[in-house]
Amino acid sequence: MALPKVCGIETEYGIVVRGADNNPVSASSLLINAYLAAVAHERNRTGQARVGWDFEDEQPANDARGFSLDPMLAPEVETTLVNAVLTNGARFYVDHAHPEISTPEVRTAREALIWDRAADEIVRSAMDAARDMLPDGAEIIIHKNNSDGKGNSYGCHENYLLSRDLPFGRMARQITPHFVTRQVFAGAGKVGCELFDRPGDEITYQLSQRADFFEEEIGLETTLKRPIVNTRDEPHADAQRYRRLHVIVGDANMSEVATFLKVGTTAIVLSMIEDDELGDDFVLAHPVTAIRQISHDPTLGQTVQLADGRRATGLEIQWGLLERAHKYEQSCGLESVGIDVGTDVLKRWEAVLTGLEREPDTVAHQVDWVAKQRLISGYQQRHGLRPNSPKLKAIDLQYHDMRLDRCLALRAGLETLVDSDTAVAAKSQPPTSTRAYFRGRCLDKFAADVVAANWDSLVFDIGRDPLRRVPMMDPLRGTADQVATLIDESDTARILLDRLGETN
Amino acid sequence: MAERQQKSKPTTSREGESVVESAPTVTESGEKLKAELDDLLDEIDEVLETNAEDFVKSYVQKGGE
Repeated sequence: MALPKVCGIETEYGIVVRGADNNPVSASSLLINAYLAAVAHERNRTGQARVGWDFEDEQPANDARGFSLDPMLAPEVETTLVNAVLTNGARFYVDHAHPEISTPEVRTAREALIWDRAADEIVRSAMDAARDMLPDGAEIIIHKNNSDGKGNSYGCHENYLLSRDLPFGRMARQITPHFVTRQVFAGAGKVGCELFDRPGDEITYQLSQRADFFEEEIGLETTLKRPIVNTRDEPHADAQRYRRLHVIVGDANMSEVATFLKVGTTAIVLSMIEDDELGDDFVLAHPVTAIRQISHDPTLGQTVQLADGRRATGLEIQWGLLERAHKYEQSCGLESVGIDVGTDVLKRWEAVLTGLEREPDTVAHQVDWVAKQRLISGYQQRHGLRPNSPKLKAIDLQYHDMRLDRCLALRAGLETLVDSDTAVAAKSQPPTSTRAYFRGRCLDKFAADVVAANWDSLVFDIGRDPLRRVPMMDPLRGTADQVATLIDESDTARILLDRLGETN
Repeated sequence: MAERQQKSKPTTSREGESVVESAPTVTESGEKLKAELDDLLDEIDEVLETNAEDFVKSYVQKGGE
């Protein structure tokens, strides 16, 4: 049986400063520090030490295909920049020249959506807090997008727990068709094209923010020659038992339905692959060509070549994957993705494909690229603009503007699945379904005693030497069911650690 | 499938009621969508960055990840 598809979303945000020094690195630091200060003030714990990130177990250069990159070529890990762990179990940090939030690890697509929405709310609070620290009239503006329209891209990554026993090569081959075609409902839409050889007047609008940036089928890079399947082998868990599939191919979504479906469908397809129920019927002949071809055709009529010589549209491949998913539901069940959530994913997946097939405008309340296209083409017609008018690109960018008074996505009538109280609560509260619960609750209750945290451990300083590291090598241990009472009943970190020592 | 799609139509979106009608004729729902879009375009005119050209030109990010 497929492993529970523990998952999470990491979003790198676009950042600009208006009315002050426009340095993205220092602005990102200021943004995060302002948020942390505001939260500390709210909690009236201004004296508390901030919990930093512990890099000891990070191995971003390990490759899932079984080798390690030369450290000189390893992806850069900035250890000197702001890097905080939040009481909801998330990480809020500066990555290169962008602020980034990694949601806590969660058990279902529904929870992934809730903590992704929490990240939206965190970013909005951070912008407000930063405004108070900047000179009058100056502000930091955050965009939840993936490209500046000038060839620079930044990611919205997803992570999924896989069994170490799953052969990586087969997984990569079989997941690729989904990664190439899920953009028909998960694409965030983009005005123009960022390929050097395809000028913007030829491709005026496309499905995906990211498709232009993928140059390889499989590989370790994330910043250059980006691969459709990323091979980073850094499970943040027991490496004997687990893999973590690091997915870099997706767009950041403003639509909640799109986020829910992006994660939910991927978790189901990965479960099918883990149980060897998918097969090679949809394997593509040229995935890199295909991801661009599909993105570049908003009529959805473009076919791409399969490995067996047939041709199919992105929608047809999605229908095929959905049909397999229905069979999988019958044969194996949807426990790995949560039965209720999985059932909802299948229902919505079918609805969105049906709508896209009939008339994309009917899913303008669910699919970002359709919602955005509607704004763009409507505005273009009303004002008689040419397709490459900067006004249309401005609408594209402002669709992703996280300021409430500017965000166009918030005005586009998108269907919501998470009420705002739930999203706001998830800013500070961890999910109950994974070890993120233990991390978040400890940071909340014993903040003064936690000196470092990362995905798979917490380090406590309780006045004894040496420091005490609590390993959390299993993402499914440390849930509310397992540790809520223990944490509730422990008045101090010392008591907690003593009792943990007794139970281990 | 048609029924299923109707059921999953938005219930909480701002303009929800204008598109959730159970069985609107194509013309009616088309008109409603158009009215919704007209309101939306009015709002864009209000909130869109005043100097779009400069805004777009100055929007430069460093590559990430």
